[in-house]
Amino acid sequence: MTTNPFDADRPPERQSRRGGGRRRGGGSGASSNDSNGSQAGRRRTDESVMVPEVSFDSYYGRHIVKPAPWEKEVAAYLFLGGVAGGSALLAAGGSALNYPALRRVGRLGAVAGAALGGAALAKDLGKPSRALNMMRTVKLTSPMSVGTWILTAFGGFSGVALASELGGILLDGGSGENPTGGSAVALLSRALKLADGPATVGSALFGAPLAAYTAVLLSDTATPTWHESYHELPLVFVSSANLASAGLALIAVPTSQNGPARKLAALSAVVELAAFEVMQHRMGATLSEPLRTGKAGKLLRLSRALTVGGAVGAVTLGSNRVVAAVSGLSLMAASALTRFGVFDAGIVSAIDPKYTVEPQRERLERRRAAGATHDSITTAR
Amino acid sequence: MDFWRNQLSGPTNPSVDAAWKDGEPRKGFFTDTSICIGCKACEVACKEWNAIPEDGLDMLSQSYDNTGALGASTWRHVAFVEQSSDRIEQARESGRRLVELGMPSLRSREGSDAVGAPGGSPLGTAATMPQTNGSLAVADVPALPDMRWLMSSDVCKHCTHAACLDVCPTGSLFRSEFGTVVVQDDICNGCGYCVAACPFGVIERRKGDEGHENGKQSHGISIRGSSSASVVDATTSTTQSVGSAHAANSGFANNGEVKNVGIAQKCTLCYDRLGDGQTPACAQACPTTSIKFGDLADMRAAAQERVAQLHGQGFTEARLYGADPNDGVGGTGSVFLLLDEPEVYGLPPDPRVTTADLPDMFRKAGYAALTMMAMAAAAFVRRRP
Repeated sequence: MTTNPFDADRPPERQSRRGGGRRRGGGSGASSNDSNGSQAGRRRTDESVMVPEVSFDSYYGRHIVKPAPWEKEVAAYLFLGGVAGGSALLAAGGSALNYPALRRVGRLGAVAGAALGGAALAKDLGKPSRALNMMRTVKLTSPMSVGTWILTAFGGFSGVALASELGGILLDGGSGENPTGGSAVALLSRALKLADGPATVGSALFGAPLAAYTAVLLSDTATPTWHESYHELPLVFVSSANLASAGLALIAVPTSQNGPARKLAALSAVVELAAFEVMQHRMGATLSEPLRTGKAGKLLRLSRALTVGGAVGAVTLGSNRVVAAVSGLSLMAASALTRFGVFDAGIVSAIDPKYTVEPQRERLERRRAAGATHDSITTAR
Repeated sequence: MDFWRNQLSGPTNPSVDAAWKDGEPRKGFFTDTSICIGCKACEVACKEWNAIPEDGLDMLSQSYDNTGALGASTWRHVAFVEQSSDRIEQARESGRRLVELGMPSLRSREGSDAVGAPGGSPLGTAATMPQTNGSLAVADVPALPDMRWLMSSDVCKHCTHAACLDVCPTGSLFRSEFGTVVVQDDICNGCGYCVAACPFGVIERRKGDEGHENGKQSHGISIRGSSSASVVDATTSTTQSVGSAHAANSGFANNGEVKNVGIAQKCTLCYDRLGDGQTPACAQACPTTSIKFGDLADMRAAAQERVAQLHGQGFTEARLYGADPNDGVGGTGSVFLLLDEPEVYGLPPDPRVTTADLPDMFRKAGYAALTMMAMAAAAFVRRRP
């Protein structure tokens, strides 16, 4: 053991990261662990104090892909965008089939969801003052750019639809009569009535893409769990959006008009639960692990319980005002929990190199076993 | 049709696809880690030339690597790995398996094309390169040392299909005439999408003291390591005062502020120097020519020559990373010669550009949107009496 004055500068010995059992299932894994240990034991002179044992299928346990630098605002946006999109569809249905309360709540939910969601997105930017730079180009390879334009169009149509709703109340005094004459108020009122139909249709047409594209937004990343869920995640997200907007309607619409919301809740709950199961199954044990374990697992389990409870409550006792409201609240909470759960699971899968290395290594070995020798990034020549 | 087929994956010339007309050859690095001595001159030269702020003076307990990883303020990162002889043996074995797999190379494919053979079969490849395989069989296997250092200077890969560039919603990231990928820091609004999209974890959003532009400006720069230094003696206090002097210096240069906080940052392959016919700072500073810079075609050829040479000497652990344009990112602009599996260096073993699946993702989302509308319509169906 040498001692010199510079030994005092050494950092405290790092704890071994080998406890996680993260070594690949290669044949010589266990034996090399042992000999690693004895090797380190033999060399346990001054430099091995500085250099602890390392698990070699990752670089000091560091993540390979970087987690998205997104905060809770983005997860909240996933939820709010869903509320907005689903509400627009309910509003359109309510407008066409004469559910005035449903139409009103839907229009309000569409605009509020889009506005709050947009604000959350802007707040999450590294440079919020440059939020409008999103609109300097249209880029089909960027789901965020596509989503920006979907949200913009949706916001425009929904805003006009809500203005028409409010105009009907404020300008006409709720009389429903067409005000005559050339006054500015009368002109505005007539213009809003003219715009009502197209705005409702436009809002509904952009509502579904608004709810669906957020799944692509997450999937089009190198974050393992998000990317590999891309087959079913859109279906999970649109069903979740329907649940949230049906929940909002159940809370705010009188029971005489909440029939469509109750049916939508039941239908969407079934689709969401089924899609989520299929999604986990397709992803396999490793990649779906972040969805089943830890904080994300807890959120998603709670979400499923609330979905079932809310949907059953809405279908069976939705004609009771109190039960309808409680069911609606539970459906909205379920939708929010789904979004936060999927969001968290992705971040976890990015931070732990296991989720990057193991699936990639597996698919590489599978391809090599099948005789594919032309598409690996590592080559012998 | 060929143009469209290779826009999201597969071999292509990215600067031509980006509509550059003046025909600059694609530039790139060849980082030969077998002759890297871990001096970190590349890291220093990169920081100096690009005026990158200090990002922590910690001791990380990662061998001699106290830089950590590539990031917003680390555009070159030297990895240090220490291995015992059994790990070296494993690396040699995995490399041998790779050789035996008959991985095709550019050279062998060109060769088989020339003779009109239906190229790509492992047999054909072996037949066109008998000298390599032959020498492998008879070469004296070099003795296994008790331990070895792996030192590798990592950098942005400047992918042929760059996910960061594909997903950037503002157009801040662009493809330069040299085929490289560069951030325009006056356009980027810090959405962070590129950070999540990069399959190599290279690009990152720069943090300030408060992380956001409207936060408190950082006056001077925090030294994260200083608070954890528990030994109070003369040596430690000297370290701290040296650190403070450094902080004051960089503060002077930037008027006390970290520039580009909240903005995505990464290696530009020294776009400013390339435009003037110069070599990137890291390659120019490298004392062992471990980092080579030039036309990408030359870099790939040099890499293939070097790996064949090492194989000929019996070092079967040598392998190339990113030299094949058929891989998941269409080949990288930064080619590496590695001496173990990529994950040992913190590189992904089988990266795939996420946007290769984008058409399928949008299709699935389209079906989902239609399903959503159908569900809403079904909810309004009334039972007629």
